[in-house]
Amino acid sequence: MSDPANESPVDAKARRGRNIALALGLVLFVALVFVVTLVRLGANVAPPF
Amino acid sequence: MAMSEALPTAATPARANALQAKAPARWQDFVQLLKPRVMSLVVFTGLTGLVCAGTPVHPFLAAVAILCIAVGAGASGALNMWYDADIDAKMRRTRSRPVPAGRVQGADALALGVVLSMFSVMLMGMALNWLAAGLLAFTIFFYAVVYTIWLKRWTAQNIVIGGLAGALPPVIGWAAASGTVPLNAWLLCAIIFMWTPPHFWALSLYTSEDYQKAGVPMMPVVAGAASTRRQILIYSLVFAPLCLAPVLTGLGGPAYLAVAGLGGLVFVLLAIRLHRSHAGEAGAQRKDAMLQEGGLYDVRAGAKDARNLFAFSILYLTLLFATLLAEHAMAIKPLELL
Repeated sequence: MSDPANESPVDAKARRGRNIALALGLVLFVALVFVVTLVRLGANVAPPF
Repeated sequence: MAMSEALPTAATPARANALQAKAPARWQDFVQLLKPRVMSLVVFTGLTGLVCAGTPVHPFLAAVAILCIAVGAGASGALNMWYDADIDAKMRRTRSRPVPAGRVQGADALALGVVLSMFSVMLMGMALNWLAAGLLAFTIFFYAVVYTIWLKRWTAQNIVIGGLAGALPPVIGWAAASGTVPLNAWLLCAIIFMWTPPHFWALSLYTSEDYQKAGVPMMPVVAGAASTRRQILIYSLVFAPLCLAPVLTGLGGPAYLAVAGLGGLVFVLLAIRLHRSHAGEAGAQRKDAMLQEGGLYDVRAGAKDARNLFAFSILYLTLLFATLLAEHAMAIKPLELL
């Protein structure tokens, strides 16, 4: 890992890209778990009518 | 991806370390660690298993199951690239991979593989069922530990036994949909399992120099080209009739019968031609006999039969699973999915 204080523009751009990809991955995982929970709960709840 | 492939490569760990400072890891390098091309084949066979199970599954959960299979396969790829960085650096086909090229540190590849393995298995268990999650965990373990760490550098039967990891995705897909793994699911597994040796040995007949350089005991390196060609023929003679078995169990319909029958015949004929050729032998690799087809590995005159079988094996397996997928997908009524 390069030192953020002394890194070149190329390093900074690469680091920013990695961070954005990691953030998107985590957000996607949270969204997946949320929707899976809704679907699984929905399948186990009796219809109102 | 194209940019990362254009980056300089490293043939030794020292060169790799020197390049580390010049070429920072980009997110595309981490995607490359997941072996996207292998992932696409695994997704395809896993989807076939899921659809063939014939059990109504919520479309979102079905998509999550396929995602988990894909991510699990990607995790296996990352673990493989972490452990095999030393031999990858010695082979033309693999030396531009992120770890041997020095763009990604081995520890980072290991961390990515472990984290994605855990995420994919846990999500599969929570979203679908724990049988599918257990099979996925076993598949990752089998590929990363049994094949990569143990078999690959130890025995010429490496891809025969290790082929089980590549054969399990349709079983995982089937288990994800139905929570069971009946005979038909294992039949799909057996087809891929028996397909693997002729497929990889045909490839290794014209890439054996690389494997020899890296010290990987592939069949042509250990037993010689003639023995490899004979074993390819034997496996093909078992594989082709096995592809017809789904018709007997009711899994495959008339279209599948036609594809499996005709394709199997071509497969065996190509295997016979390969057996009669001199593919993989030193005499067949003279430069004056080379055909100018370009590509990573030049196709030598004697090795053309190996290349033909290798290419057709990919087409044949794709057609088999695509036909099964089409036959079963047409039987699904949209309302059953919800």
